[in-house]
Amino acid sequence: MATTQVTTDTHLHADAHGHEHEHHEGNFWTHYIFSQDHKIIAKQFLFTGMFWALIGGVLSLIFRLQLGFPEMNLDWLKPILGGWITPEGKIDPEFYLALVTMHGTIMVFFVLTAGLSGTFSNFLIPLQCGARDMASGFMNMLSYWFFFLSSVVMFSSLFISTGPAGGGWTIYPPLSALPQAIQGSGLGMTLWLVSMALFIVSTLLGGINYITTVINMRTRGMSFTRLPLTVWAFFFTAIIGLLSFPVLFAAALLLIFDRSFGTSFYLSDIYIGGEALPHTGGSAILFQHLFWFLGHPEVYIVLLPALGITSEIIATNARKPIFGYKAMIGSMLFIAILSFIVWAHHMFVTGMNPFLGTIFMLLTLIIAVPSAVKIFNYVTTLWKGNIRFTPAMLFSIGLVSFFLTGGITGLFLGNAAIDIQLHDTYFVVAHFHLVMGTASFFGMVAGVYHWFPKMFGRMMDDKLGYIHFWITFIGANLVFFPMHYIGIAGFPRRYYAFTNFETFGGFSDLNALVSAAAILTVGAQFIFLFNFFYSMFRGRLAPANPWRATTLEWTTPRFPKHGNWPGEIPAVYRWPYDYSKPGAKEDYIPQTVPFSETPESNLPHENELIKLEGNGHTAIVVEGKH
Amino acid sequence: MMSVIIGLGVILTLVILFMIFRIASLVSVAKGRNPDEVSPNNGVHGILFMLFMVLGLGGFFWYSYTHFDAYTLPVASEHGVVTDRLFWITMGITVAAFVIIFAVMFWFVYRYQYKEGRKAAFYPDNHVLELTWTIIPALVLAVLIFTGLRAWNDITSPASAQAEVIEVIGQQFAWTVRYPGKDNTLGNVNFKFIDNFGNDLGLDLSDAKSFDDFKTLELHLPKGREVLLKIRAKDVLHSVFLPHFRVKMDAVPGMPTHFKFVPTKTTRQMREETGNPEFNYEMACTEICGRGHFSMRMLVVVHEPDEFDKWKSEQETWLKQNPGYIEKIPANLREMARLKAGITTEQAAKPVLAAGGME
Repeated sequence: MATTQVTTDTHLHADAHGHEHEHHEGNFWTHYIFSQDHKIIAKQFLFTGMFWALIGGVLSLIFRLQLGFPEMNLDWLKPILGGWITPEGKIDPEFYLALVTMHGTIMVFFVLTAGLSGTFSNFLIPLQCGARDMASGFMNMLSYWFFFLSSVVMFSSLFISTGPAGGGWTIYPPLSALPQAIQGSGLGMTLWLVSMALFIVSTLLGGINYITTVINMRTRGMSFTRLPLTVWAFFFTAIIGLLSFPVLFAAALLLIFDRSFGTSFYLSDIYIGGEALPHTGGSAILFQHLFWFLGHPEVYIVLLPALGITSEIIATNARKPIFGYKAMIGSMLFIAILSFIVWAHHMFVTGMNPFLGTIFMLLTLIIAVPSAVKIFNYVTTLWKGNIRFTPAMLFSIGLVSFFLTGGITGLFLGNAAIDIQLHDTYFVVAHFHLVMGTASFFGMVAGVYHWFPKMFGRMMDDKLGYIHFWITFIGANLVFFPMHYIGIAGFPRRYYAFTNFETFGGFSDLNALVSAAAILTVGAQFIFLFNFFYSMFRGRLAPANPWRATTLEWTTPRFPKHGNWPGEIPAVYRWPYDYSKPGAKEDYIPQTVPFSETPESNLPHENELIKLEGNGHTAIVVEGKH
Repeated sequence: MMSVIIGLGVILTLVILFMIFRIASLVSVAKGRNPDEVSPNNGVHGILFMLFMVLGLGGFFWYSYTHFDAYTLPVASEHGVVTDRLFWITMGITVAAFVIIFAVMFWFVYRYQYKEGRKAAFYPDNHVLELTWTIIPALVLAVLIFTGLRAWNDITSPASAQAEVIEVIGQQFAWTVRYPGKDNTLGNVNFKFIDNFGNDLGLDLSDAKSFDDFKTLELHLPKGREVLLKIRAKDVLHSVFLPHFRVKMDAVPGMPTHFKFVPTKTTRQMREETGNPEFNYEMACTEICGRGHFSMRMLVVVHEPDEFDKWKSEQETWLKQNPGYIEKIPANLREMARLKAGITTEQAAKPVLAAGGME
């Protein structure tokens, strides 16, 4: 019965598609701006994400100048930063805090959540599931425009006289609730909260769409066990986001009440600015629980799509099936579930009941198991492959490397006893920048290189891609690896300068190295930007399937219109990882090739499936055996 | 000047890169290379990855070995020895795992780079292998978890009744310390009693236990005795960080926290051990608290126990330093307050300075 519906849906969509053509062609506004085409919306997310990545990167360079070269005269930044440069040519300490706050907020939410999920979930879910568009194109459009509005609000907060929010990206109250405690907690914080509220609306609209599309709109034969790992990753990501972002919304709402309406959810016993505030009975720890209930799953919201993208790219370029397809799905599922019950490992030394610490330590370290499985599976996928080093492949290998380097230090931080010393030091900064920051960023860039031909119908230049990769890869290692040493030495994060302490007197050499490497790394991104925009207009036209990949998106025309496939949506007959199958003529068999056409390479259980293929309607009932 | 040079360098690099790019793409167009062919320079990346692996691991071991003293802080508390040991055990396990996986991965990348005519192995799964590398990490983790849990439970267990109770108060942007005085019990406090004239700790003057409390701007600790730090904050979150004692605990307005530990080396011993006659223990703030977050330093001094007792007995009580507050004490307790605070009658008779303007 279900299959009949699918077929009917297909026809309906085909009709709608034909109808829409008349409107869409030629009208700039509906085609490029208020588009309901998932591919255009994906590009909108990508462009906005790239814009934010640039802002976030440049902000980090400004504070790295302060940390790496504390003696440097920064008067030359006055034309941009104005009053935030003190008369002595230094960054204002409060602006320094605003810089780290905005760098974190921008990178975590605007680049690695919206820029990564927004781009690739939108672009790939319909294309790889075999759908003409998202379940609701209109909601999808709203999702982008809420994100855009959120971006405008956040961007405008950079330009107000009291500066943007400055209480850290985690905005712990009471600091974030009291404008008398830090300037950034005035209008800047209000704008931060408004922006995040809009952002959450955007994420939820997108997430509902992703989930619905994956569940309901797969093409004939595309059972769940034939979904590419990208789609699985986007699917889990959307579910995690849908369950956790509303909690951040609640946390933000209560903070708004505390800030503006005199409630005491988070505030209690405060004496500041020469007066005792009337708040009593609130709990600052409550906010931290609510925040990290989103905040920790957020790590996986950022990371899982990157891991999905990488799985796809590594399999394609190693010309091998991804090793342990089901184990990969299982570990993602396990990570997704565990991500909800480990949040308090961010709070071991916040005064939380130490018994809770024991529980969360146990759960946290368990999450290392599925993560380790993923790494082993990537490595085994490379084993006996025939590896082509496309830029996308290089960035994917880079991701695995960073995921390993950064992930392994989680064993220190997840251990409450060891975390006492390391909490809020540069060790933590190194850990999360490697495992979720750089790794996810590499996944995002890998995705852009890999799917650029599908997005713009042209190829990016691979030589520039290679230069971009090697500078970024070595640069990022030089930025974040030395931070481990600085962290073990106890240097606290979010410090404007280390001159006030004898204990934190050393490492000016490493700090200078980190800053120099950061400048180099951010600089290398301009190679990417050049390559991106140059190739968009002047790149060589892409062949139909440039990477010889198996998945459905490469069966669309070079410049797919709204609706993706000009004719009927292709049916799917096999899993997406039939690379280098013994006996096969080519080293890949696309998902659209029925088993009846490949008798030479079929495995025994696949021959069984041939009987069912003649009748596409029943194919969906069969779960693949991979 | 510096920025001009940097700017010129950047522009020059960009121009050179653009030239290379143009030439390379023209050459490849002239050669008529098919974009979906594997690049003839594919193998270069395999070599570069091997180089990266070897140099990266080499650099890591070299720096870790030669700079060991620079990035490890000497430890000066009992539990710190335990957590340091856990740290280095975890380090041993993770470095071993890291080096093996790192080397194997980049070796595969190098070894299995594209060769024309070769076909990759079709190797979609192997349940034995997958189970093995699920179970082995799980077992190793179990060991880490249980050793960690034991240490954590010891560290967070209640302090003994004999522990030296010391209160640390965080505010923007300084620390204050309050000692309980001779009665060894801290008096009650309430943030509503805080004022700008002297009672910056919010002492409750109707509580007799507060009369002999004294405050300092340095943290003095006895060696070899259990210390129970009671921690609170007046305005926003702060975090007590004593790096050499491996102590860290947030200071939360409205929710007192605590941390117990045993210092094991006096400042003098530490000066000998480090060979640095200027060495001082310090306390820092590790929870972002505003403009002066990076400057919330407090000097920490560890004494031999008898020296500590002597130092403690020499400190003037808060009430003696702020005798004007005697008037705020309920009349029936004033005599007792004078006795406990060590105030002679002449002192009490002096004109009250702080009382004016108070509510």
